[in-house]
Amino acid sequence: MTVTDAPRIVTSRLEWSDSYSLDRYLDTGGYEGLRKALSMTPEEVAAQTDAVSLLGRGGAGFPAGRKWSMLRKGPVPYLVVNGDESEPATFKDHLLIERDPHQLLEGIVICAYAIQAARAFLYVRGEFALGLERVQSALNEAYEYGAVGRDIFGSGFSLDVVVHPGAGAYICGEETALLESLEGKRGFPRIKPPYFPAAIGLYGEPTVVNNVETLSNLPWVMVHGAEAFTALGAGRSTGTRLFALAGHVEKPGVYEVEMVKTTFRDLVFDASLGGGVPGGRAVKAIIPGGVSAPWFGPEHLDLPLGQDEVAEQGSMLGSGSVVVMDDTTCVVRAAWRITRFFRRESCGQCTPCREGSGWLERILRRIEDGSGRHSDLDLLMDVCDNLAPGVSWPPQQTTICVLGPSIPSSIASGIRMFRDEFLVHVKDGGCPYG
Amino acid sequence: MTERHLSAEVRARAAELLELYPHPRSALIPICHLAQEQDGWLRPEAIAEIAELVGLAPAEVLGTASFYDMLHTEPVGRYLVSVCTNIACLLRGAYELLEHAEEHLDVRAGGTTADGVFTLEEAECLADCGRAPVCQVNHRFFGDLTAQSFDTLVDSLRAGRHDADVPPHGTLIRVRRQGGLRVDGDTVAGERAAMAAAIAQRAGSGGAASS
Repeated sequence: MTVTDAPRIVTSRLEWSDSYSLDRYLDTGGYEGLRKALSMTPEEVAAQTDAVSLLGRGGAGFPAGRKWSMLRKGPVPYLVVNGDESEPATFKDHLLIERDPHQLLEGIVICAYAIQAARAFLYVRGEFALGLERVQSALNEAYEYGAVGRDIFGSGFSLDVVVHPGAGAYICGEETALLESLEGKRGFPRIKPPYFPAAIGLYGEPTVVNNVETLSNLPWVMVHGAEAFTALGAGRSTGTRLFALAGHVEKPGVYEVEMVKTTFRDLVFDASLGGGVPGGRAVKAIIPGGVSAPWFGPEHLDLPLGQDEVAEQGSMLGSGSVVVMDDTTCVVRAAWRITRFFRRESCGQCTPCREGSGWLERILRRIEDGSGRHSDLDLLMDVCDNLAPGVSWPPQQTTICVLGPSIPSSIASGIRMFRDEFLVHVKDGGCPYG
Repeated sequence: MTERHLSAEVRARAAELLELYPHPRSALIPICHLAQEQDGWLRPEAIAEIAELVGLAPAEVLGTASFYDMLHTEPVGRYLVSVCTNIACLLRGAYELLEHAEEHLDVRAGGTTADGVFTLEEAECLADCGRAPVCQVNHRFFGDLTAQSFDTLVDSLRAGRHDADVPPHGTLIRVRRQGGLRVDGDTVAGERAAMAAAIAQRAGSGGAASS
């Protein structure tokens, strides 16, 4: 029952075919949260967000309110919204941008008001051509309606929002790379410290970077209050969250469920959610939190969908993606494809990542093709160790950003969970799955 | 005045984009999208003109553009067919689909058909995994693909039946900004200074440490 009882916070409008229009938005309570926020002081709005302990929905899970409080000490920040969703098998922000752009814009204005930002930049993944059209149209409507622009709803608060298209680079989801990209440069992550753009952000000025889903929660929080939000979930993981379910399930898709009260098993098997594995086949492994995350086996299916609960078991909820692999899956092939992705998307700044990803991909490729050597398993782990010393989780950092140290996740998971399957590839000179 | 490569329309839209950012370089990528809309790819003449617009050397524009998958420094076909083969699509038959696409279009992934109509590429995750396997044509999504539905798609594209939902290149081709603060820079600067002073005053009176 817990699977379906929680209110829908960010997906309440999706059954409408015109969910992206201003008319539908206003008919369904749109911009009421903003009106309420503008009747409060910026500090009160920020306090409300602190109170709900809204953990960022982008991947790192950093509390949104704390990011803001770093900024409220200084003047004239920028708000940058990360809509560059590119983590493989993650497709929830895509849905929010395309299907409910006004909700996102309302969240942006609420956040900008709380931190007193004069300008917001919404960085949308370049491949989302329809999403860019929808969100720009919504923004045009919002200017006309008075929800964005000069003297919003007569409050005296003004905000300009600029929709900025990306151009195809996974790394630009990393917030400092995103800022570089927004400045018109290659998407190279910046050296840390400073760890947060709150210190030195866009154009060197203080900046808050928040994810699309994070901000899409704010209108509901303003209307229903912090208590209603924290009544959902448990521990540090409050509210609901979008999970992008993909791979071997009957009904892949984006599902909004209550955090912690819902388990991986609910998500994969509940008839109202994933609906189980096709053909009644067995779950071989699941990848929680995007391909940067270590894998789980079927013994972890009853784990609650909570940030700390998943971290304690050695992985992460990350970007909110869950990939199910059934017993027909070749894990060498899966690990190879994920590694190939990282090789293609490494920005090339740091040697361990640039060179390591290429080595790892070639070794995995030869194992899958049947020309692997027995020593290749140790060799893989050795290269992984150069990327993330100890190959533990969370990984040790050897590079400017976390892309490099995330590469070992799928390889180490594959070898640790399915060592025999790797050895069969070597021994038989090919893939047993054909 | 030398002859311009970018059309008056593209230059007008580029001028609008340049106004949106505190620094002109920020408009570099959006303007590259506009240039691709005109030519299908980034021609050297376009790169030189973009450099002029954003105040950089052409090599800096090329150096930035070459980082991004969607910006093409070589010609591509009228339709760019991007077949995703990342993990979610792989598990639902993406490589079999890509192999079929190569056979059907008679071109290897990364290549362009002899008639210049289709460029086929193997893409990374396109974030539409609920309908895997998926592809994009000029960055418009097509999901739940089978070999048969892929062939139908190709036939429809050739016959021009997708002209309405698959426009030519350019992710911004139908994106037009209307509205905005529409005040001069001095007013905005004045407001920002006043806001900064107000925040500093609040921080002082609230006892918060200033950083």
